[in-house]
Amino acid sequence: MAEYQNIFTQVQVQGPAEMGMAADPTTNRERTTGTRFSSLLGIIGNAQLGPVHLGTFGLIAVIGFAAWFFIIGMHFWAMVDYSPTQFVRNLAWLSLEPPAAEYGLGFAPLNEGGWWLIASFFFLVGCCAWWVRTYQRAQALGMGYHVAWAFAALLWLIFVLGLIRPIMMGSWSHAVPYGIFPHLDWTNRFSLDHGNLFYNPFHALSIAFLYGSALLFAMHGATILSVTRLGGDRELEQIVDRGTASERAALFWRWTMGFNATMEGIHRWAWWFAVLVPITGGIGILLTGTVVDNWFVWAQDHGYAPLD
Amino acid sequence: MAQLSFEKKYRVRGGTLVGGDLFDFWVGPFYVGFFGVTTFFFAVLGTILIFYGASQGPTWNPWLISIEPPSVENGLGMAPLMEGGLWQIITICAIGAFVSWMMREVEICRKLGIGYHVPFAFSIAILAYLTLVVIRPVLMGSWGYAFPYGIFSHLEWVSNTGYAYGNFHYNPAHMIAISFFFINAVALALHGSLVLSAVNPSQGNTVRSPDHEDTYFRDLIGYSVGPLGIHRVGLFLALSAVFWSAVCIIISGTIWFDAWAFWWEWYLYLPFWSELPLIDGVNYNG
Repeated sequence: MAEYQNIFTQVQVQGPAEMGMAADPTTNRERTTGTRFSSLLGIIGNAQLGPVHLGTFGLIAVIGFAAWFFIIGMHFWAMVDYSPTQFVRNLAWLSLEPPAAEYGLGFAPLNEGGWWLIASFFFLVGCCAWWVRTYQRAQALGMGYHVAWAFAALLWLIFVLGLIRPIMMGSWSHAVPYGIFPHLDWTNRFSLDHGNLFYNPFHALSIAFLYGSALLFAMHGATILSVTRLGGDRELEQIVDRGTASERAALFWRWTMGFNATMEGIHRWAWWFAVLVPITGGIGILLTGTVVDNWFVWAQDHGYAPLD
Repeated sequence: MAQLSFEKKYRVRGGTLVGGDLFDFWVGPFYVGFFGVTTFFFAVLGTILIFYGASQGPTWNPWLISIEPPSVENGLGMAPLMEGGLWQIITICAIGAFVSWMMREVEICRKLGIGYHVPFAFSIAILAYLTLVVIRPVLMGSWGYAFPYGIFSHLEWVSNTGYAYGNFHYNPAHMIAISFFFINAVALALHGSLVLSAVNPSQGNTVRSPDHEDTYFRDLIGYSVGPLGIHRVGLFLALSAVFWSAVCIIISGTIWFDAWAFWWEWYLYLPFWSELPLIDGVNYNG
């Protein structure tokens, strides 16, 4: 049983840093040139840190996310009257709430949700800029746009929560507050207010895909690690020129459950499972309160909740 | 029959743990082995019992069929067949089938000469199941605390069990588990995307290399964990999600009995700031 399972990299080889594949001249110029090595990271994966590309949209994204973070942080500071002790003590409970229902979709005084609106605007800008970045980085290297479209699926969920659903409901008060426990309180109340979200079929689908993603990554990660002795971690090479690693990985599942993916196909399964988590989740949230007010009653009407 | 073009040379004797050559054969694409026989036995018996239970129940609506565990009053003894006994036998069948399946995976790994990562990963899933239907009920003193076998009835159990401890989102292990589930989904999307985007490049380009993959992620976030590392990370994230899920339920009703929001009072009232006032307008009650 004392066989090599390749859980950690036991011997690290360190050569000159990889400075990145050549891209367009702008990308090449905008890449940083500094790199570092962390032998701690090297135990699990690559030891090399950097270089990184910032670029226009990277800069916009960083500014957007930083402004969002800074506004929330300053609001928290103000809530505790700028006491460092109280800040550390209350950090998880502090909240930046969206405007109350009476303000509808209009602006609100700064301390009554106005800051929430401004922070959310910056968050929106950051998200959009980051999406452009995921697209442009692929473009610069001549790669497909799969990361960008997967990230767009996540943006759908984010925008449903903070933008589309509040607009459809006619008030920013329906959006999610910024805070550690407060956003959990919102989630809890959201379910209670709408007759238990467990009866929302899209919520059920989203959870099924979330668990399915864990199942798939466990299966895929474990399968590839189990054939690394045979070079199975070189997935691109195995896809275009199948070797014994791919063959054994495929046969493992064929003999286990009667079906196997291919080395390329497993990544399509992975992509769809992961991407469907926010797509179905976003649909489920968007329907809640807009089309269906009470999921328990809805489930009773459709024959899958007890009638008593 | 049902063989892949390259499959024949891999179908060799050996690697079995139990039974020698006796069960060392395939049925269609499936490998059998001793543990294939036991998997089949437990799975068929359990399924028949579920259908029998459904036939004695009030509905054939597949969403509503439910095999209930014994009542809480029954304690840890065997229950009459129609009052949870069926659930107990089905649970034994499920555990038998899951463990047999895992052992069968071990035999297949041995036959193919590959690592034991998949059966190990599956053992964590089995552990989570055992936590819910055996370990926690035993610790709490009754099979009645286990969950029922039904599509919506098990969701109702999750809902009721969660609200028995107030807002369950405040359970710290639940927080960790959910975080791992979300990060796992993000990492899976990124890994799947990256491989697909390298193999299916934009128009006019040939298939990209692992160096393009690394460059993409270094450009994007300054670090690429690499084609080997991502599978270690992915396996870790997925197994951590399952492990912490088991932790979050095993501690509810065994070492913590109140609403989870109040668990955090240890932090809120640490000695060096317990005298300070609470903040107006902040919700401390979950």
